[in-house]
Order: sequence, then structure tokens, then C-alpha cells
Amino acid sequence: MFTYVLRRILQTIPVLIGVTLLVFSLMHLIPGDPAQIMAGESAPKEQVENIRERLGLNDPYPVQYWNYISGVLQGDLGNSVRTGRDVTNEIGVRFWVTVELAFYSMILSIFLGLIAGIVSATRQYSFSDVTLMIVALFGLSMPNFWLGLMLIQWFAIGMDVPSWIPFIENTAWFKPSGWGSFEQIVLPVITLGTGGAAIIARMTRSSMLEVIDQDYIRTARAKGAKERVVVYRHALKNALIPVVTVVGLQFGALLGGTVLTETVFAINGMGKLVIDAIQARDFPIVQGTVLVAALLFVLVNLLVDITYRYLNKRIDLN
Amino acid sequence: MSEPAIQQPATTPPQPKKPSNLWMENFKNFYKKLRKNKAAMIGGFLILFFIIVAILGPFLTPHDPDTPDVVNKLQPPSAEHWFGTDHHGRDIFTRIIHGMSITLYVGFFSVILGATFGVLIGIVSGYYGGRTDSFLMRCMDVLLAFPGILLALAIVSVLGGSLRNVIIAVAIFSIPVFARIVRGSTLAVKKLEYVDAIKALGASDIRIIFKHILPNVTSPLIVQATLSIATAVLTAAGLSFLGLGAKPPTPEWGAMLSEGRNYLYSAPHVAFFPGIAIVLVVLAFNILGDGLRDALDPKMKK
Repeated sequence: MFTYVLRRILQTIPVLIGVTLLVFSLMHLIPGDPAQIMAGESAPKEQVENIRERLGLNDPYPVQYWNYISGVLQGDLGNSVRTGRDVTNEIGVRFWVTVELAFYSMILSIFLGLIAGIVSATRQYSFSDVTLMIVALFGLSMPNFWLGLMLIQWFAIGMDVPSWIPFIENTAWFKPSGWGSFEQIVLPVITLGTGGAAIIARMTRSSMLEVIDQDYIRTARAKGAKERVVVYRHALKNALIPVVTVVGLQFGALLGGTVLTETVFAINGMGKLVIDAIQARDFPIVQGTVLVAALLFVLVNLLVDITYRYLNKRIDLN
Repeated sequence: MSEPAIQQPATTPPQPKKPSNLWMENFKNFYKKLRKNKAAMIGGFLILFFIIVAILGPFLTPHDPDTPDVVNKLQPPSAEHWFGTDHHGRDIFTRIIHGMSITLYVGFFSVILGATFGVLIGIVSGYYGGRTDSFLMRCMDVLLAFPGILLALAIVSVLGGSLRNVIIAVAIFSIPVFARIVRGSTLAVKKLEYVDAIKALGASDIRIIFKHILPNVTSPLIVQATLSIATAVLTAAGLSFLGLGAKPPTPEWGAMLSEGRNYLYSAPHVAFFPGIAIVLVVLAFNILGDGLRDALDPKMKK
């Protein structure tokens, strides 16, 4: 196990180098002169030159990369071209908001996904199975930013409830923007978590169905084990193994999805930071945010792979 | 065995009657299996319907998608305006019909572009193996290390926001999936004895790849392409929603949603209908993809 973990960590190094190289190159892929574009079309020459100097764009390419990577290793992601503020700081302030949003959404996805998947698999082709899978298919096909807008409309702006329903007058239960209180968290988490829940539900179902057909499940039943024990102790445990991988990949989708969710709900996280930076042509911030998100995703995938290995010791991911 | 893989020039037209013609044979099998799968047929017909709407729809709509009509702005759905009007008084139904071709165009074109590069990388990787393989696959790992929409976002941010750049970004975003699938299938086919036999007969690498390996990877490729179109449509709509894709007068659905966002209080229908349109198109591709997967490759269930 130890050698596996070590080897897996070593394997991520070339990926990390590639990621930094790509993020670094982003600035050089800009058609035209990056310094001019960042300064604005009508900016005076000195200002353009100033930006070029500050970003080190006059140095040869390898030198620039070397400076960039040694900065990154020391936690220095450069400075904003607009405000001059430290990019690491700017991201640091918003990092936890985004991680919290992604984490709660992940919990919701796993919770809903597992329940729906297990119910579907244990009652294959029943009414609840078909309904759940149709719902999951819709969940998978829905743009989450649209779901977010609809949730705002239904549960933050609210709708009037017919008078014959007691106690409730309208459905404006939550807040449409911001992050922190319970009323602010619920809608973004549902928005971001739905797609993942749908994918996990489908995965759990097909994985459970595959396992349930196997001999050892029949043996467990033949032993006279209760159905509940068969499902939860025998089937689920093995069915979960492929689900773990999906959960890991789903975290990436969630992390990317925060960009849209944060825009819809005006949450001041990394996603909104990157969008604002793109609109302001503030590339050091774009680079920094994309790099941090990618590093986080690589780290999560590493943890998922190690968990996967731990859950299923027979796998030799050579 | 039946075909000594020499003598035929590369330009020979496909000969359907020859049993050894893998392309034709695969296509026939494919259609036979497809017809048995109801879900795939429903998805396929829906997509066909959408394509017809995209082509003929713009000629049949009663309103103009771009002409403002300030008197009738933000009208709720009515007999005159089925889906209501937006903040410029333009008919939303008309705009959605006109936007259909943009959505399908972006979806198909970005996936075709991404798949072409993905297939090339996957085949070269799987067929030649060794260092080429490890290098190309590490490159794919790097692309996959960017979570979700973020890679496409980063690419569009440097290239500048336009529909063409969205297509490029979404195409790059979908390369690794294809490369991985094709590489896997190539490795599997390469090990088969008959490939060794053809090699011994003196067939060139190019010939082996195009005549023998490519036809064998088509099934997983078609399944993945269909599902990728669904993702591509969602990603492209997302980028336009963020203001990085199609620019305002264009009736692109993501951009329409983004405009509707400002009228959630007064006119919620402006954001509602473009979203429904996206859901329907994505749903159709997902249903078709699921159905194709069950029909063509039951083992590939994910």
C-alpha cells in the first residue's frame, strides 16, 4: 500500500508540471500583444510597457516559465494587473467559500444519488425505479445555471400559495444571493448538487444490478440472510467501488460548476473571481484561479485513487 | 483470411456485397441493433425532429427574431407570442427556433473537431505504444486535470468570446475522452492475431489503422460522440451564459438565458423557455447515447 501511494504521488508530478506549463502558456496564447490587451486598446505606451515589464514579458520564454514556477512554488501567483493586489491573497479570501459550496453540493449529490440508486436497483423496473431514472436523466440534462435561476424564481422571489393551504402564504423561503447563512446556502447547493446526484444515482444503480446477479449474493440469500443484510452488507459494499471513481470525477465537474453557480447567486468565490477577471482582462488572476482549481482537483483525484485502492485491494493499478 | 489485404488501391469505392468490408458490415449490424432499442429510436427521432426544425423552422416563424418591438416588451405568453416576448419585445418562440441551428451547429461541430483529434491521438498512442504513448497520454492527463468547464473557460478567455472560439474550446475540452477510448480499443484490436497476419502480408501501418482498427472502434466512438454532444451543448450554453460566447443579438439560448436573468422578478418566462429548449436537446442526445450504448456495447455501461 505504501509503495502504491508513493508511486501514485510520483505519477502526479509530470501532470502538475504539464498543468503549470499550460496555465503559464495561456497568457502567450492571447492573439496579439498580451500587455496591450490587458492595458486596453487606447492605453498610453508607458502603461503597456509598465505591464510588460511587471509581468516579465520581455524575458525569453524559458526564463519566464522558470520565474513563474519558482514563484508558484513559493506561493506567489503574481499581482493583479488592475488593482495590483496579490493574486494569492485574492484567491485565499475566496478559496474556502468555493470549497464549502463544492463540498456541501458533493454531500448532497452522494446522499441523494446513493439513495436513489439503491432504491432503483432493489426494485428494478418498478414504478419508483422508472420514475427515479427519468428524474435522473432530466437532472443530467439540465443546465445548472438555469436550475439556479428557476430556484431563485420559485423559492427566493417566491410564489403565492393558494389560500386553502394553511400556515404558508408564499414560497420566498430562501435568499437569492450571497453566501454564509442557511437561507443563502440551500439554493446554490441544490443547484450545483443535482447533476452530480443524477450521475451517482445512475452509476450506483447499474453497479448494484451487476453485483446483485453474482454468485456470492445468491449464496448469501441461500444462507438465509435477511434481504436488508444482503443489500447493505454484501451488495452495496462491492457496488460502491466503481461509484467512488465517479464521485472523484464528479468533484471536478462540481468545482468547474461553481463558476456558473457563483455567477447566478452572486457568491463571492473563486468562480466569480475568475469571471470578473476575464471580463477585466486581468490574466494573472485568471491564471492563478485556474491553477489553484486544477491543483485541488489533482489532489482530490489522488485521494480518490488511494481510497479506491484501499476499498478494493485486489486491484493492481500498475 | 478471405481478403489478402494487398492490391486494392486506397481509392476503391466501398463494396457493400463483400462480406469482409468491415465498415458496411458494422453499419448493417449497427442499424439492426439500433432498431430493437426503443430508447435509442426515440432519442434519434427527437434529434431528427430538431434538425428539421433548425432547417425549416426559421422560414415558418411568424415574427422576426431580431427586430425590436418596444411596445410589446416583456409580454407574458399569449396566443400571439407563445413563449412571450423579451426586453426588446422580440418573440421568444421565434428566437428559440432560430437558435436551434446555432445550438446543433456548436454541438455537432465541436464534437466532430474534438473527436477527430482525439481519434488520431488515441490511435497513434495505442498503435505505436512506447514513449509516444506515454507522452500523449500524459498530455491528455494534463487536459483532464482541469475541472469541468474551467478548461474551456480558460481557452475562451484568452482567445476572446465568440461562437467560433466556443467551438474550439469545447472541442479541445472533449479531446481526452475520445483519445482514451480509442487508445483502449486500439490496444485490444492490435493484440488480435489477424492484425499480425495482415502485417506479415506486408500491409502498411496506415492501411491497418484505417481498414482494420478504425472500423473496430466505431461503436464506442459513436456512443461517446452522442453523449459528448450533450455535454458540448451544455458547456457552450454555459459559456454564452457567462458572456463569453455568442454576442447579444444572436438568438443563442445561453445568451438569452443570461438576458432573462435580469427580469426574473417581472418576467420570469424570459429565462424559463430557453432553458427548457436546452434541456430538451440535451435530453434527446443523452437518451440516444444511452440507447446506443445498450444496443452496441452492453459492457460499456458507466
